[in-house]
Amino acid sequence: MAFSLLKYGLRKDYPFAHKPDLPIAGELKSHYDVVIIGGGGHGVAIAYYLAKYHGITNVAVLEKGYLGGGNTARNTAVIRSNYLTSEGVRFYKASVNLFERLSNEFDFNIMYSQRGQLTLAHTDATVRAFRQRAEVNRHFGGRTELIDPPAIRELVPGLNMHPGHLPVLKGLWHRDGATARHDAVAWGYARGATQRGAELHQLTEVTDVLVDKGRAIGVDTNRGRVKCGCIVQAVAGHSSLLAAKAGFRMPIITYPLQAMVTQPVKPFLDPLVSSSALHCYVQQTSRGEIVFGGGSDPYPLYNSRSTLELKESLIASAVEMFPFMAKLRLMRQWAGITDMTADYSPIMGLSPVENYYLDAGWGTWGFKATPICGQTMAELVASGGKVPELIAPFAMDRFDSFRQVNEMGATAASH
Amino acid sequence: MKMMPCPLNGLRNISEFVYGGEVTDMPDHTTCSDREWAEYVFYTDNQIQVVTEWWLHAPSSYWFIAERHTGSDEILRTYDPSERFTERVDFEQTEDNTTTGGGSGS
Repeated sequence: MAFSLLKYGLRKDYPFAHKPDLPIAGELKSHYDVVIIGGGGHGVAIAYYLAKYHGITNVAVLEKGYLGGGNTARNTAVIRSNYLTSEGVRFYKASVNLFERLSNEFDFNIMYSQRGQLTLAHTDATVRAFRQRAEVNRHFGGRTELIDPPAIRELVPGLNMHPGHLPVLKGLWHRDGATARHDAVAWGYARGATQRGAELHQLTEVTDVLVDKGRAIGVDTNRGRVKCGCIVQAVAGHSSLLAAKAGFRMPIITYPLQAMVTQPVKPFLDPLVSSSALHCYVQQTSRGEIVFGGGSDPYPLYNSRSTLELKESLIASAVEMFPFMAKLRLMRQWAGITDMTADYSPIMGLSPVENYYLDAGWGTWGFKATPICGQTMAELVASGGKVPELIAPFAMDRFDSFRQVNEMGATAASH
Repeated sequence: MKMMPCPLNGLRNISEFVYGGEVTDMPDHTTCSDREWAEYVFYTDNQIQVVTEWWLHAPSSYWFIAERHTGSDEILRTYDPSERFTERVDFEQTEDNTTTGGGSGS
C-alpha cells in the first residue's frame, strides 16, 4: 500500500494525468459538414447529439466569447415543465426527462437537484389558469397538482402568506421542478461533443454568413473563411443580428433580463418558489445563496447593464415573499440579453435560407430546454431538414399563418 | 434613475413612460397579404442601431416619438407626432369593422 502510494507520488503525471477535459482546438479547417454558431449550452448540446446519435463529427462550434459565457451562465437555472400549451408541456417534459439522467450520461456531475417548484396564485383567475396547467401537465406525465395554503406553509415555512398584501390562495406544486449547475451542463455537453470529434472554437466570431442562390454555404469569421454543408444558429439574444447577416428578419425583440444573488445563508428553502403576481422567483442554491429574478426589462435593449429601478422592485418583491431577506446583502447582480417572441415560445427548425437552421427565440426559457433542444435540432440537421414532430409547432413560419403557440406559462408572461 | 425628455412634460423618470413599439408604416389591411400583415405585426429588424419608437407618458396619456440607440440606450431626440404625421389619418370603415374600428389617428 505505502509502496504503491510512493510510486504514484513519483509518477511523472502526478497529481493527475494531464488529460484536459476540453481539448484545445487547433486551426479552423476550411470545411465542416456542420457549423454551429454559438457555443452556449444549446450549441454544444446539438454538437453532442449529432456525434452521439448520428455519427456526425465533422462539426465546428464557433463561439465569439467563451464556452457557456452568455445566457447559459446568466439564467437562474430553473428546470420545469409545468407550462400551459400541450405543445410546450410535451416539449419541456421531454427535456426534464433528459435532465434527470444527464449526470450519469456525462459521467460528470451537473448537480441536478429535483426539489420541486411552487408557483403561488393570488387571484381566482390565476387559480383557474393553474388548474388547467396542472391538468395539461398531468396529461403528459408530469407531476403537478394544486395545493392549499396549509400544504404550502408546510413546504415553505419561511414564506409570507400575504406577500404585497396579496393572499396566497393556492399553489401550483410541480414535483418535477429542479435546478442544476448551468455551467456544468455546458461543460458536460462540450466535453462529450469534443471527445467524440467535434471541435469547439472559442474567440471565433462569425462576421458574415455566405449565402449562394438561397443556400447557406459557409461563414466568414475573424479567423478566416469556413465552408460548410449546413449552419445552425444558436445565439440567443443576438439571433436577429445573425439572421440579418444571413439575409432575413425574425419575429424577435431583444430585451435585457436582470437577476441577482445574495450572500449564502443556512439552508431554509427547499423548493423553487415563484409568485405569479409579484413576478418574482426565488430559489436557494446548494451553497446557500438565494438567487432571484423577475420579468424582462420594460423596453428593448442590447445591453447587459443593470438598472436600479428594476433591481429595487425585484428586491421589494423578494422581501415581500421572504421578509427575513431584508437583512441579507447582495453578492452579485447581472443581466442577460434575451430574444423574446410574441407568443413566448421558441423558434426552432427551418429558416428562409436553405441548409440554415434556427435555434432561437429562447427568451427567458432557454436553459431548461437545453437537452431536448440539442437532441431535436441534431435530428433535424442529420436528416437534412426533416423537422421532428416534437418541434414542428415552433417553426418560425407559424407567425406567417397566425398559428402562434401562446405560452402564458412562461416566466416573463403575466399569468 | 434614467430620465426621458418628454416633449410635453420635460425631463421625467423613465418609469413614468411606457414603450409602445417601433414607428412603422401599416400596410393596407384590406389589400395586403397575410405574409405582409405578419411582417408588420411580428417581424422586426431588431438591430443595434438608432430606432424610432412610440412612447407614452402614462400619467398624462401623451404619446410621442423618441429616437433611441438600442445598444447604448441613449435617447437622442424626442418630438411630438405632429412633426411626422402632418395629415389626418382616417381608417376606412368597412361593414365588418364598424363595431370596433373607425378611430382616427392624430
